Amino acid sequence: MAAALAALVVMTPILTVLGYLFHPGTGTWQHLADTVLGDYIRNSLLLMAGVAFGAGSIGITTAWLTSMYRFPGRRLFIWALLLPLAFPAYILAYTYTGMLEPAGPVQEWIRTTFGLRYGEYWFPEIRSIGGAMVILSLVLYPYVYLLARAAFLEQSVCALEVSRSLGCGPWRSFFAVALPLARPAIVVGLSLALMETLADFGTVEYFGVSTFTTGIFRTWYGLYDEVAAAQLAALLMLFVFSLILLERWSRRQARYHHTTNRYQALPEIGLGRFSAWLATTACLLPVLFGFLLPVAQLGLWALRTWREMVDAGFYTLAANSFALAGIAAVIALLLALLLGYGRRLHPTPWLRALVRTAGMGYAIPGMVIAIGVLIPFGWLDNALDGWMRDHFGISTGLLFSGTIFILLFTYLVRFLTVSLNTVEAGLGKIRPSMDEAAWSMGHGKAATVRRIHLPLMRGSLLTALLIVFVDVLKELPATLVLRPFNFNTLAVRTYELASDERLADASSAALTIVLVGIIPVILLSVTIARSRPGHAEPA
Amino acid sequence: MKTALALITALSLLGGTALAAEQQVNLYSARKENLIRPLLDRFSAETGIDVNLVTGKASALLKRLQVEGRNTPADLFLTVDAGRLHVAKQAGLLQPVESRILTEAVPTHLRDRDNQWFALSKRARIIVYSRERVRPEELSTYEDLTDPKWKGRICIRSSGNIYNQSLLASLVAHHGEAAAERWAAGVVANMARPPRGNDRAQVKAVATGECDIAVVNSYYLGNMQSSSDRSERDAAVKVAPFFPNQGDRGAHINISGAGITRHATNRDNARKLLEFMVGDEAQKWYAESNHEYPVKAGVEVSPIVRAWGYPFKEDQLDMGQLGIHNVTAVKIFDRVGWR
Repeated sequence: MAAALAALVVMTPILTVLGYLFHPGTGTWQHLADTVLGDYIRNSLLLMAGVAFGAGSIGITTAWLTSMYRFPGRRLFIWALLLPLAFPAYILAYTYTGMLEPAGPVQEWIRTTFGLRYGEYWFPEIRSIGGAMVILSLVLYPYVYLLARAAFLEQSVCALEVSRSLGCGPWRSFFAVALPLARPAIVVGLSLALMETLADFGTVEYFGVSTFTTGIFRTWYGLYDEVAAAQLAALLMLFVFSLILLERWSRRQARYHHTTNRYQALPEIGLGRFSAWLATTACLLPVLFGFLLPVAQLGLWALRTWREMVDAGFYTLAANSFALAGIAAVIALLLALLLGYGRRLHPTPWLRALVRTAGMGYAIPGMVIAIGVLIPFGWLDNALDGWMRDHFGISTGLLFSGTIFILLFTYLVRFLTVSLNTVEAGLGKIRPSMDEAAWSMGHGKAATVRRIHLPLMRGSLLTALLIVFVDVLKELPATLVLRPFNFNTLAVRTYELASDERLADASSAALTIVLVGIIPVILLSVTIARSRPGHAEPA
Repeated sequence: MKTALALITALSLLGGTALAAEQQVNLYSARKENLIRPLLDRFSAETGIDVNLVTGKASALLKRLQVEGRNTPADLFLTVDAGRLHVAKQAGLLQPVESRILTEAVPTHLRDRDNQWFALSKRARIIVYSRERVRPEELSTYEDLTDPKWKGRICIRSSGNIYNQSLLASLVAHHGEAAAERWAAGVVANMARPPRGNDRAQVKAVATGECDIAVVNSYYLGNMQSSSDRSERDAAVKVAPFFPNQGDRGAHINISGAGITRHATNRDNARKLLEFMVGDEAQKWYAESNHEYPVKAGVEVSPIVRAWGYPFKEDQLDMGQLGIHNVTAVKIFDRVGWR
């Protein structure tokens, strides 16, 4: 009951947006269909395909390598591979553009060294749909990596041993056993990556790629047609929803509980010298391009400007960001647990549908969610105020609008999917038979949760906390429009400077987002490593 | 019920104390914090009135203002283009201001005819050309940009940007929709590359040779010329500004401006802030810190801007027209494939 209620509240903004579908269509639709809609759809699909391939292949490969093999630097890569997660996509886009655009240092060097002029040599254009695919893949592959690796680690080694004993080589074991077993987790990771891709505005806008999301903004800002814009957003939501349903349907009968609880340390397979270096390189590249290189560039810029940019106000920014992200992550986790358990204990179809819908926020551009939040709360505030005025002659003004509360609520709506998916993935791996065993041995529900579920899910819970934390730290559009007076975050400061192409001035704030984001990344990877079933808890 | 009521009252008192502090004014600003805060601080120092600030995208702030209705805390709505001010007025979110200081400082075509909003600074949309590859005599008007001689030579940012929308809106106002559409199609045909990056990126593209001319807002060039970043200064010296249409209606200008909200609670303070922003000191600040043009006659422009030639002939089109024709402009862009 509580779960249903919570899901309903979180759904309000989503329903507000979906509700626009029932408004009568405006003439704008005809115009869009005649001109740009085809482009929006084509580019969005292309981008999704590119990111699915890029983030998927990087994430799965590195997860598999670090889970199964021994090679130089492996222990380092286990957590270093998560680092790009700390980068907001648009910061990476700005940074790489600064480096690789025709006026940037790299092409400048080519021109001066070889005495060439612009146009006399070939160089890939960073500000293009291809560039956007690369940038988004680089920042989003950690989702796939994180979940795929957790899945590989949690796989019973028995399944792999059986496949080996049946004569499968390492490649076949991977494709025929490990990959299919990890599929639910990989799908969760990929869908997070793709939902972020669809919701991305900063990168594609800067690169001049018209996608569905830029179309929503253009329809709203340029054509001043809020209804058509919201309808576009609602369609985007329905599209994501059907993708998720399709994926679930495609594995409708399969269950992924493991049938044995014989876990032991995975036999880390040693590699020949050549293969080992190949593995090292494969893990190094995403870290290099997704983190080290851009951090170095930001660092260079920051060295030049930090004296001006890091003042007393800067620490307030950092504190604001940190507090918001921390609180939001905890609330999102608690809510995800409530919903996850609600579904597990009362697996009725309508509750399932409710929980699914409550988790739709991730695919919606932050700005659209912000509007979905603004409208119902503005209405509530004004209705309450009117009622109080009528009955008691006092004005309550705006109780929710323009407060931290509304900001936290928005993060919840937007990022609940992340914690929900992760918690559900964790819960899904706990076989119902374990619950029954615990109950038959006299444990109550609470004790079952505490003594069985919690230890088994610790990795998943921390993953949920971390991703929401980092996501909130990076969140921009909703923060921008909903925040209270005189309240800024690192992301807001970074954006205001960077969007003016004052990259050097923005670098201190950007670097802080990235560095602050690293701390939970490290904490998390340590804990995940320890939480693998079968690993002895270090004293 | 009782507890709920008590809670609501307590909350409202809490909220109330924060907002009812004696001397303050609340501002929703589309101008970014670092480009407005110093000015607001000066205002506070002089008047003792605190300024509370939320920055953000104009359309989003507009929506917030609208949804918050009569309880909105915002007293003043500030944008960096005329179109959004027009939209705010149409939506009934602003109120008229009676102030001789404002009407004397701001010329008629730079303020709302009902005095619901006022320009605070001006920027011109100019052509920037390569000193190496273009002679200024080859340039003349915006209209000339469709001439086949510019084929493959023009850089201009995406049409999602309000400054391009306003420029096209001004052409719709002057020549009508059909002619404006022919113009937009002509420019697209002459583009050196699909639109990408912002105005600074267009200037850099001219400097590196990706294109020969670009259409940008004037202050970007000023900021690049005075940048602390050497690569920006290097790019800026390779180009020069050209003010189009000096032989006829003048160069297209846009404004940053503000209006007092319909439900402002600190109306007097909001008016004082507006008056301060068109005062000599603030006008000079706009000019010096961001290389914009003051709206008030007699205030000096920055030395860099002066060197470009000042005064120049400005299009005297009523700023409200930019808002009126904005939707038409965006639809034209969509039709001609200017992305």
